[in-house]
Amino acid sequence: MSALNILHVDKTFGNTQVLKDISLAIESGEFLILVGPSGCGKSTLMNAIAGLEPVTSGDIQIGGEDVTWRTPAERDIAMVFQSYALYPSMNVRQNIAFGLEMRKMPKAQREEAVARVADLLQITPLLDRKPSQLSGGQRQRVAMGRALAREPQIYLFDEPLSNLDAKLRVEMRTEIKKLHQRLGTTIVYVTHDQIEAMTLADRIAVMRDGEILQLGTPDEVYNDPVDMFVAGFMGSPSMNFIPVTLVSRDDGYVLRVLDEQDPTGAPLELPWPPAREAQALHEWVGERLILGVRPEHFVEDETRMETSFDGTRLDVMATVVEPTGADILLQATLSGTEVTMRLGPKSQVAAGERVALRVDMSRAVLFETTNQRRVA
Amino acid sequence: MSQTDSPLPRSRAKAARHSLSGSLERMLPRLVIAPSLAVALFFVYGYMLWTFVLSLTDSGMLPQYDFIGFAQYARLFANERWNVAATNLVVFGGLFIILCLFLGLMLAILLDQRIRQEGALRTIYLYPMALSLIVTGVVWRWILNPGLGVESLVRSWGFEDFTFDWLVNPDMAIYALVMAAVWQASGFVMALFLAGLRSIDDNLFKAAALDGASLPKVYWRIVIPCLRPVVFSAVMILAHIAIKSFDLVMALTGGGPGYATDLPATFMYTYTFTRGEIGLGSASAIMMLCGVLAILVPYLYSELRGNKHG
Amino acid sequence: MDNVIRRRTPGARMLRAGLYALLMVMALVYLLPLVVMLLTSLKPLEEIRAGGLLSLPDSLTFAAWLKAWGSACTGTRCEGLSGYFMNSVSIVVPAVAISTLMGALNGYALTKWRFRGANLCFALLLFGCFIPFQVVLMPMAQTLGWLGLASSTSGLVLVHVVYGIAFTTLFFRNYYVSIPDEMIAAAKLDGAGFFRIFWRILLPISGPIITVSVIWQFTQIWNDFLFGVAFAGFGSQPVTVALNNLVNTSTGVKEYNVDMAGALIAALPTLVVYVVAGKYFVRGLTAGSVKG
Ligand SMILES: Nc1ncnc2c1ncn2[C@@H]1O[C@H](COP(=O)(O)OP(=O)(O)OP(=O)(O)O)[C@@H](O)[C@H]1O
Ligand SMILES: [Mg+2]
Repeated sequence: MSALNILHVDKTFGNTQVLKDISLAIESGEFLILVGPSGCGKSTLMNAIAGLEPVTSGDIQIGGEDVTWRTPAERDIAMVFQSYALYPSMNVRQNIAFGLEMRKMPKAQREEAVARVADLLQITPLLDRKPSQLSGGQRQRVAMGRALAREPQIYLFDEPLSNLDAKLRVEMRTEIKKLHQRLGTTIVYVTHDQIEAMTLADRIAVMRDGEILQLGTPDEVYNDPVDMFVAGFMGSPSMNFIPVTLVSRDDGYVLRVLDEQDPTGAPLELPWPPAREAQALHEWVGERLILGVRPEHFVEDETRMETSFDGTRLDVMATVVEPTGADILLQATLSGTEVTMRLGPKSQVAAGERVALRVDMSRAVLFETTNQRRVA
Repeated sequence: MSQTDSPLPRSRAKAARHSLSGSLERMLPRLVIAPSLAVALFFVYGYMLWTFVLSLTDSGMLPQYDFIGFAQYARLFANERWNVAATNLVVFGGLFIILCLFLGLMLAILLDQRIRQEGALRTIYLYPMALSLIVTGVVWRWILNPGLGVESLVRSWGFEDFTFDWLVNPDMAIYALVMAAVWQASGFVMALFLAGLRSIDDNLFKAAALDGASLPKVYWRIVIPCLRPVVFSAVMILAHIAIKSFDLVMALTGGGPGYATDLPATFMYTYTFTRGEIGLGSASAIMMLCGVLAILVPYLYSELRGNKHG
Repeated sequence: MDNVIRRRTPGARMLRAGLYALLMVMALVYLLPLVVMLLTSLKPLEEIRAGGLLSLPDSLTFAAWLKAWGSACTGTRCEGLSGYFMNSVSIVVPAVAISTLMGALNGYALTKWRFRGANLCFALLLFGCFIPFQVVLMPMAQTLGWLGLASSTSGLVLVHVVYGIAFTTLFFRNYYVSIPDEMIAAAKLDGAGFFRIFWRILLPISGPIITVSVIWQFTQIWNDFLFGVAFAGFGSQPVTVALNNLVNTSTGVKEYNVDMAGALIAALPTLVVYVVAGKYFVRGLTAGSVKG
C-alpha cells in the first residue's frame, strides 16, 4: 500500500496552471526527491500534499485514505519550509515544542523531545534564543528540529539544507540518511543539489513547468533519462549534447558528427554499439539527432595503442583545463561543439595541447531534435 | 607607481574646493535645510522656552516678565479645575486607547479572513479619520442630545424609560467624548494592525496549521505577539491624540456640563485666551509638553535601539 | 491570511456567517453618524422636532444646505459658511504647496547629500511632529502681532507651513531613503548639480509621496481648529471655526438641519479626497508607524 498517493492533481493560481495532472505514488518508507528548476511547482506540490493550499482538482491519499479536503493537522505531516517560517516571538525551545504542545503532549515528554532533536541538530546552546538572533544556517536547523520533534507519517522537506555551509551540509545529509534508515518514515524532499538528490533518494521525480517528466531511481534518472531536459538537468557538469546524423552502414549504424564551421573536412564518425541497436533506430537513418554523452564517459587514451581501436578514438584540442581536486574538467571543441570531459586527477593535459580520448558509446544516448524525446 | 597619475585628480579636486561654485555646491544641502532648521529652532524650541519663561511670570491678560518662580505651577496643582482636567485626561486617554486598540485589532483580524468586499469595509471603518474633529463633535452632539437623539429614538421604539443623557450628565459626559473619539480613531488603528498583519509571512500560518494550532490559537500565540511593535506605535499615537484633544471637546461638550469634561488642552486655551491668565495657562501648556515627553522619550529610545539591532 | 484547508463543519460555516454579520453591523455603526447627518440635513425642522432620528425625510428639502452655505448665523454675522469655506481654501492651497515643496527639498538634502549633522537636523525637525501645539500658542500669537500678520490669512498660512514641515520632511525623507544612492551618484558623475538632480531625477519618481504629503497636509490644515480659533480674525476664520460658531450660536431656534448641512459642507472636501485617494491617505496615516 502506498503511503502517499497523488492522483491527477491540478493547481491553478488565477490563470496560471502551476501543477498539471500530477500523479505520484510513494511507498511507505520511501525517500522521494523532487528536483526541477526554480518556479516549476515543487513548493506548490509540497503545500498541496500538506493541505496548505487546496488543490484545484485531483485527489490526495495518505495511507489509503482520501485526505484531499482534510486540514493539515489531520494529515499527520511535518514540514520544513523553504523560508523556515519560525515563529518570531518564540524562542527556539518554544518553536520546537509548539507542535507537540498543540497535540497535547505532556510537558515532560515535550522537553525530552526538544532535548533529543537539539542534540541531534547541535542546537542545544541556542535553545533560549529568538529566531532573529540566529544565522541562516541555525534557523534552518531549528526548522528541521521543529519537524523532527514530531513523529508524523510523512515528512516534507523543502530545500532544508540549502543555507548551510558545505561541511555542515554533508553532515546533515548523512544525519538525514541515518534518520530515514532508523525511522523508516516516508519522506518527500525538495533539493537543488545533485549530490543530495543522488545520495538520498530512493526515487527521484524530475519536474518542469508543473509536470513530472520522469520518476525513477537515481540510476534510472541519471543513466536512462527520458528526454534531453532530464538528461541535462541531472548531473553536474551536465551532459554534452552533440548534433549528429545517423548513417547506416553494412556493419551497423554510425553517428556522423556535423561540423557547421568546416563542412568540407572529413567528418568525425562514431560507431553506435551493435549491442544497443534499438529496434526503432532504422526510422531515423539520415535524420539529424542529438547525441548525449556525460563528461565522465570520455576516457583519456593513454596507451595510444591502435590495436583496440574501435572507432571511438578522438583527437581534440583542450581549450580550458579546470582541476577540481578529485578530477580534472576539460573543455574542448569537438567538430564545432563545446564539450566538457571529466578526466582522472593524474591527467597531464594542459590548455592548448591536443589530447587523445575515447568515448564510451555504450552509455551514450540519442534524442530527437524536435521534441527532444529519447530515441535510444 | 600611481605617483604619476595621482597629482592630477588631486589638484583638480583642490581647484574645485577653492572655486566659488564648488564650495557653493558643497554648501547647498545645508543652505536648503537651514530655513527649516531655523524655523524649527525658533518656532518649536524657542517657543517652548518662551512658554516656559511665561509660566514663571505673573502674566495676566498680556505677557509680562515679572518672575515669580514656580508659583504658577503651585497654583495650577491647587486648581480644582486643572485637577479635574488632568483626571479626565487619564480616564479619557486610558479608555480611548484601550477601546481603540481592542476594536482596531478585532476589526483588523476579522478583515484578514479573506473577506469579500474587504476594500469597501475598510473604507467605511476608516472614513471618520478624514473628518474634522469639529464635525465629529457636531454630529455626535446631535446624535446624543437627549431631546431628539438616540434617547428619543429608542423611546419611540417603545422603551419609554430609556435614558441616555451622557451629554448633560456631568458624571457621564466624559464617556460621550470617549465614544466619539473611538468612533473617529479606531479605524485608523485597524489600518495600522491590518498593515502589520499583511506583513506577516504566510508560511507562519501554514507552519502553525501543520503544528495543529487552531485559528484562534494561531492569532493568540503567534500573530499577536508579532504585532507588538504595532501596538507600541498605536499606543504612542493614540496617547498623543488624547493629550492634544481640543477640537472634539470644544464641539461636543464645550468642556461642560460645568467643567466636567475639561481636558488640559481646553483648560490651557480657556485660561490663556478667555480668562486672561497667561502665566497659569503657560504652566498648563508646559505640563502637557511634559506629558508628551513622558511617552515620547521611551518610545524614541526603543525605536533607535531597535534600529541599531536591525 | 493563508489559504490553508480548514474544517468545513456546519459550525465553521455558521462562524463565517457570524463573521460577515459582525462586520456588517460594525460597518453600519461606523456609517450611522454620516447617515444621520445626511438625513437630518435634508429634513425640514418640523419633521426633526417630531423625532425619528433615522427616518427618511417625508418632504425632501435642500433649504438647510442653502441656508448653511449662504445665510446661517455664525456668531453675530449671518452670511453662511461660504465665505469661511473660501477662507479655508485660501489658507490650505498655499500652505500645502509650500510645506510639501520644503519637505521634498529637506528630505532630498537629508538623504542624498548626507552632510555632517544631517541626522541631528532630522531629529530636531522631527520633534515638531510631536509637540502639543498648546505650548506654542501664546508666543505665536505675539510673533504674528509683531509681524503684522495677526488675524490674517497669511499668518495662518505661515503657522501651518511652520508646523507642517516636520511631517512633510518625514514623509519625503523616508521615501528618498529607499531610493538607491547609486542613482544620485551616477548623476553626480555626469556633472549634474544639486537642483538639477532633484528636478530631473528625484521629482519625476516622487509622485506617490507627493500625493501622500499633499493629502496629509490638506486634511490636517482643512480640519484644523486650534490655530484657526486662536489666530484668525473675522475675515480669515476657517470653516471649522465658523461651523463651531454656527452650532453654538444661541440666538433664535436651534436649527439642527442647518447644523448638519454645515457639518457636511465642512467635511465634504476631506471626505471626497478620502474616497478618491484613500490609499494614499492610509499611507500618510501609517507612515513611519509600521515598518515594512
Ligand atoms: N500564491 C501564489 N499565487 C500565484 N502564483 C503562485 C503562488 N505561489 C506560487 N506561485 C507560482 O507558482 C509557480 C511555482 O511556484 P513554487 O513556489 O512551487 O516553485 P518552486 O518549484 O518551489 O521554486 P523554487 O525552487 O524557487 O522554490 C511559480 O511560477 C510561482 O510564481
Ligand atoms: Mg520552492
